Amino acid sequence: MTIRYTEDHEYIRVEGKIGIVGISNYAQEQLGDIVFVELPSVGASYKKGDEVAVVESVKAASEIYAPVSGKVVEVNEKLNDEPGLINADAAGGGWLLKIELADEGELDALMDEAAYADHTA
Amino acid sequence: MAEDPATELKRTALYDRHVAAGGRMVEFGGYALPVQYSGIVAEHNHTRSAASLFDVSHMGQVVITGPDHGTTIAALETLTPADLASLAPGEMRYTVLLNPQGGIEDDLIVTRPAEGQAADGVMFIVVNAARKHHDLAYMQNPVRTVTFELRDELALVALQGPRAAEVLGKHCDISDRLGFMQAAPATISGISANVSRSGYTGEDGFEISIANADAAALFDLLVADALVEPAGLGARDSLRLEAGLCLYGHDMDDNIDPVSANLLFAIGKRRRAEGGFIGAGNVIERLAKGADTRRVGLRFEGRQPVREGAELVDENGTAIGRVTSGTFAPTAQASIAMGYVPAALAAEGTPVTAMVRGKPVPGAVAKMPFVPQRYVRKQ
Repeated sequence: MTIRYTEDHEYIRVEGKIGIVGISNYAQEQLGDIVFVELPSVGASYKKGDEVAVVESVKAASEIYAPVSGKVVEVNEKLNDEPGLINADAAGGGWLLKIELADEGELDALMDEAAYADHTA
Repeated sequence: MAEDPATELKRTALYDRHVAAGGRMVEFGGYALPVQYSGIVAEHNHTRSAASLFDVSHMGQVVITGPDHGTTIAALETLTPADLASLAPGEMRYTVLLNPQGGIEDDLIVTRPAEGQAADGVMFIVVNAARKHHDLAYMQNPVRTVTFELRDELALVALQGPRAAEVLGKHCDISDRLGFMQAAPATISGISANVSRSGYTGEDGFEISIANADAAALFDLLVADALVEPAGLGARDSLRLEAGLCLYGHDMDDNIDPVSANLLFAIGKRRRAEGGFIGAGNVIERLAKGADTRRVGLRFEGRQPVREGAELVDENGTAIGRVTSGTFAPTAQASIAMGYVPAALAAEGTPVTAMVRGKPVPGAVAKMPFVPQRYVRKQ
């Protein structure tokens, strides 16, 4: 299992051909109480860097960008009723969507855990 | 802090307290102020259930001095459409500063000092932070009989919530003496203060003006109470929105008159007949003919926040207006907003759809406040 981060604070945890995408714990702390999440349609395809979801706090809306190119195979429907799961457990139960990677090579451009820790230090 | 002095933010007397309490500092009205400490929703809910302490020292506390009470009232009644001649000592009134077109230059609270508190001819006003320097120049120009003095040496805190009176009652007897929109001097545990029973949350509460030098001691005294938590600008905004209260520069501005802004209570009955205030021509005409567009409350289905700038459309998809403030409200547990719609579509229950990122969010015009106001009134 590999976990990678973008400069915009998305994470992707890769298990085989599938990447689980969410926002980092650092990002949820910065956003504060999440009150709404707009998720993509299952089956939709995105290019790396496309806006794939929106996470909204009381104060502001934040776009979430696809960390890699691929097709959405599942979204976290629980977030529709419990968007606060992102605050409670961003890296676990607060995941946003699963994406089938089009090109695993795209992961190489992302940060690993250590590099991301430096990025947010 | 920024090193360029031109962009350096001003600090209130409580800056160090905010940082020490874990406040996340942001820019507001030229000041560094906490948007939140523990979290906006927690602070919002604590204000509705107990009491929260807000630093509102950025606001402009202004003393108006004239040769006698009548002259000062005449000056303020030139600048605003409020009936201020009827204010008794220790009473406060909300009103607006108008331009010749009837547009709102700022909104403000006017307070007549309590009996014996100040010399004859003195009145107090509180204006918005981002407008205070503008307002001083703007007010002085048409009114030469009085002087305006910005009291930057004063801090202002707001203790808000259903248990605010209980908290303040441990240190002084002021809450027994004041009802909503009344003010008086008080000594709070040895600190000289001007206290008013007022606020921006829809809850009972107090606004307490003290010397900058005393601000930290008062902050420490009040947050030491188990009932009190500090709260930031984020909760202040969601609380005032639920209470149906306007934010200047968002829900109204210098192009919007108080009739369109649905702020009729800012205009005194006597003044509607007599006029005699800047902008009276247009405002009285609007009162007679009715506004073309009106500020209304809006409530949307689901949890999607509908924020400032969102376009409003009717059932045919035709643009009818826009949202000026909105969020998912923690107490109302609904997506609520304020915005402007044509007067013909302003009735409660009229269906209105907001467009958010190109998608329709259905809703309707809703009664304000969204959460019942819980002011404590006394005769």
